[in-house]
Amino acid sequence: MLLDLTMVLVRIALMLLVVLQVIPLLIWWERKVSAYIQSRRGPAYASAGPLRLFGIVHTLTDVVKLIGKEDITPSQANKPFHFIAPAIAMFVALLTFAVVPYSGSVVIDGREFSLQAANLNAGILYILAIASLGVYGILLAAWSSNNKYTILGGLRSSSQLVSYELVMSLALVGALMVYGSLELGKAVTHQSGPFWHWGAVVQPVAALLFIVCAFAETNRNPFDLPEGESEIVAGYHVEYSSLRFALFFMAEYANMIVASGVIATLFFGGYEIPFLPTETLRANAAPILRIVLLATAAGGTLAGLFFGYLFFQGNERGPRDPDAAALAVLFGFGPAVAAGAVLALTGGGHFEFGPTGASLVAAVLQFACFMAKLLFFAFLFIWVRWTLPRFRYDQLMRLGWKYMLPLALLNVLATAFILERMAK
Amino acid sequence: MTGSALLFYVFGALALASAVLVVTGKNAIASAVYLVVAFFNLAGLYVLLEAHFLAASQILVYAGAITVLILFVIMLLDVSQLVRLQGSRNAIARSLGIVLAGLFAILLASQLAPGEVGFPEKLPEGFGTVESIGDLLFDRYLLAFELVSVLLLAAIVAAVAIAHREGESTP
Repeated sequence: MLLDLTMVLVRIALMLLVVLQVIPLLIWWERKVSAYIQSRRGPAYASAGPLRLFGIVHTLTDVVKLIGKEDITPSQANKPFHFIAPAIAMFVALLTFAVVPYSGSVVIDGREFSLQAANLNAGILYILAIASLGVYGILLAAWSSNNKYTILGGLRSSSQLVSYELVMSLALVGALMVYGSLELGKAVTHQSGPFWHWGAVVQPVAALLFIVCAFAETNRNPFDLPEGESEIVAGYHVEYSSLRFALFFMAEYANMIVASGVIATLFFGGYEIPFLPTETLRANAAPILRIVLLATAAGGTLAGLFFGYLFFQGNERGPRDPDAAALAVLFGFGPAVAAGAVLALTGGGHFEFGPTGASLVAAVLQFACFMAKLLFFAFLFIWVRWTLPRFRYDQLMRLGWKYMLPLALLNVLATAFILERMAK
Repeated sequence: MTGSALLFYVFGALALASAVLVVTGKNAIASAVYLVVAFFNLAGLYVLLEAHFLAASQILVYAGAITVLILFVIMLLDVSQLVRLQGSRNAIARSLGIVLAGLFAILLASQLAPGEVGFPEKLPEGFGTVESIGDLLFDRYLLAFELVSVLLLAAIVAAVAIAHREGESTP
């Protein structure tokens, strides 16, 4: 009983941590990647003592700035809705992640605990259902602010979300027919093994359509018409400031993280490491852990040496670069020494694992794999935003209804035919 | 009282309260939002009845799509006109409505036996899952399912025909 309760809490805490801890990282990435794409340097001034950490410190100052600002409610606004709208946006973003499995199961006392906050039979439907509620945060913010720009943003957002939701569901139908289940855990195990079992290889059209719809559902460029700053100032959140604006800002990134996690889970194997299904990982936990530790020691040393070289190269403020020194310790010599110490203490990495230990090693590695995939797609969101221009409104509607919807329907039809053929 | 029964009363009370607020509210937007709350609590009731698929579809279709469209229309319309419409109900319509609602309440009360809220002790294998609902829809009730889809298609075609009359220029 106590074990059950602990595991429930651990699973929910991990789920929240994944979403909330990646948000600042993405905000930093957004600045850094956009700067790189536009041949700028990016955030360069905020520093904590001598450390700027490539602009990560800038994200911290952002938080201080947002907390310090005055929280304004327009006098003609509908106050209850104006107050609750940002909370709805954030709530929905966090809730969607509940059914995404972020790692394989852990065996404790001979019982399996799957690492996802909730394992629902209708998991994919749950994602679609909760994600469709995200529009209320935007719509209520838009209407309650009592401002023409916000209303325009809200109207754009609702019609856009309703249009692309349809394509999203239809794209998923094709993939579901292959997986044979609405449970996300089963979709992941179906994709285990070599990477040509991945949904993106088996169902390329569905994967492409789903990714495009995920962009539309998260209001990211090229689909960020609800904000469209060149046309309607900042769309639905014009009248928001301080921490309530921060909630909208964070919800956008949380939505991106959730969408990345769902894309990775449904079409790119989720937490499964290519060529290493869960059983293989557990059976060979000891040798795999030894290889990982050796790789960490070697890679950490190399990275440390590289950052050490950068340290002596200096930066534009002096002959020595303190950022490089911090990186050398954090991502170079630090992990290398830790991995080396573990190897030395175990006599060169001779581990003995019971079922619990083996499943834990497998779960940690699979979690790392899931996070790598999630971060890649989060990067894709940023990459696309700074590469493509925004759609015009009629182009957006035409793309959704005239091209993507028929394509999704055709994909369902073709998948049904092929599956029927294969069944014979 | 078990935990499920307690949750049933909480969800049921919230659903009823928000449903009443939908009808009595002066503000059309607030009514639509209360409607969403009512749908949410209904979905909670479905979950208590082990009908997870139904709960998810309830939120997806009614809360996520239909009420969004309702809100969309309310925002486009002039809400002050809607408020004026409320006052124009005549006495005949009002009294007829009260009589019909009373009859319906009597009908409901006669069907609901007084007593404890009951939850099924043992459910058949796979109850409420996507698989079992799919089996029912595409096997036993296939004809009804297909007829309903044709009906919906007819409604869509009719809506397009009304909105897009021949010879008229589209806005």
